[in-house]
Amino acid sequence: MNLLYGLVYIILAPVIGGIAIGLDRKVTARMQGRVGPPVLQPFYDVLKLFEKESAVVTRSQNFFVFAYLIFMALTGFLFFSGGDLLLVIFAMTLSEIFLVLGAYSVNSPYSFIGAERELVQIMAFEPVILLSAAGMYLATGSFYVGSIARSSNPLILLLPGLFIALLCVLTLKLRKSPFDLSTSHHAHQELVKGVTTEFSGSTLGSIEIAHWYETVMLLGFVYLFFGFSPLLAVAAVMLTYLLEIFIDNTFPRFKLDLALKSSWAVTLILGMANMLVLWFYVKGGLL
Amino acid sequence: MPHFKKSPWIIHYDGSSCNGCDIEVLACLTPHYDVERFGIVNTGNPKHADILLITGSINEQNVQVVKNIYGQMPGPKAVVAIGICATSGGVFRECYNVMGGVDKVLPVDVYVPGCAARPESIIDGIAKAIAILERKKKWMKVRK
Repeated sequence: MNLLYGLVYIILAPVIGGIAIGLDRKVTARMQGRVGPPVLQPFYDVLKLFEKESAVVTRSQNFFVFAYLIFMALTGFLFFSGGDLLLVIFAMTLSEIFLVLGAYSVNSPYSFIGAERELVQIMAFEPVILLSAAGMYLATGSFYVGSIARSSNPLILLLPGLFIALLCVLTLKLRKSPFDLSTSHHAHQELVKGVTTEFSGSTLGSIEIAHWYETVMLLGFVYLFFGFSPLLAVAAVMLTYLLEIFIDNTFPRFKLDLALKSSWAVTLILGMANMLVLWFYVKGGLL
Repeated sequence: MPHFKKSPWIIHYDGSSCNGCDIEVLACLTPHYDVERFGIVNTGNPKHADILLITGSINEQNVQVVKNIYGQMPGPKAVVAIGICATSGGVFRECYNVMGGVDKVLPVDVYVPGCAARPESIIDGIAKAIAILERKKKWMKVRK
């Protein structure tokens, strides 16, 4: 465990996450033939949200959203300080659940739909990320992020199936089309704004900041696959993010059951096949 | 320091417009005009919005809806009446069901006349509304 990296994450992740989302909006605009907002736009948005009048529906919503933000930051802190990967994954789930509880607490039909969809999304995402953690354990012999990142084994060559499966469901976590089901900038007609419908002002700003933390943490997870060569890893992270933006602009939104089925199919076929092959590798003493 | 200048989020409500002005409002979001370069986002959710754009006149059917949307927006907020129907009722002002322009029920900050209003003048109207938002923010602070 290296707490320094964790503290650096706590301070720098919102900056990096905000810029990443700003770049995302810029690149998206360019792909659509628009000029697009400035790269720092997400920061302007959040600063403005914190200046808005606070309109609270129920008092508990503030607690839930605050817990969401804190646990998301904690998740990243555990991850970047080299903690246990399983703890990281379950801390992330916990923070997601706080968001869902927050959405349920406000008693709005659109928040309800968003919360239900968020739960299904968690169900779709969890198997892949847990299998990835198990695969990394098989390949490196440790659940600790620090050991996995420093391992000289080229994880991407040992876990290509899991990596592709993770890429597919990363879209869920980054809230991008075709899986932007629970809260979307482009689904006014069906769910207004989903999970965040009833949140406004500083509460919405907190959710946005938590999303920046989440984005950086997930890109860190992508980094782990290329841990043997930091330079390649950073390039891979950037390419992955660009690919996600490209997917976002290419696909229409899926229906909920199709999103779940497709992500589980990818997990089962690519993830399980990968795990099986890797297991025989390890059993055969090839690793 | 207020940041409303850089990130005004709008919500668009169609009162009883003929869709002429609505199409012009939506044209502002297209690549040709691209208001997102000013940070303007069409939120579709009153709780996230700063500026309420209304097209079409106010009638007996939609008066409650308009009041409801305005009431749900957290302050500071501004109202922009787009098109001649929203500013005064236009040619429909004499109709038995039409109450008149938006200013009959809400405090309108900016009037954007035209039939239909041009996208350029709509963007100009939003820009004026942003200046009003910043002034309202200052008043909010003074009142505290």
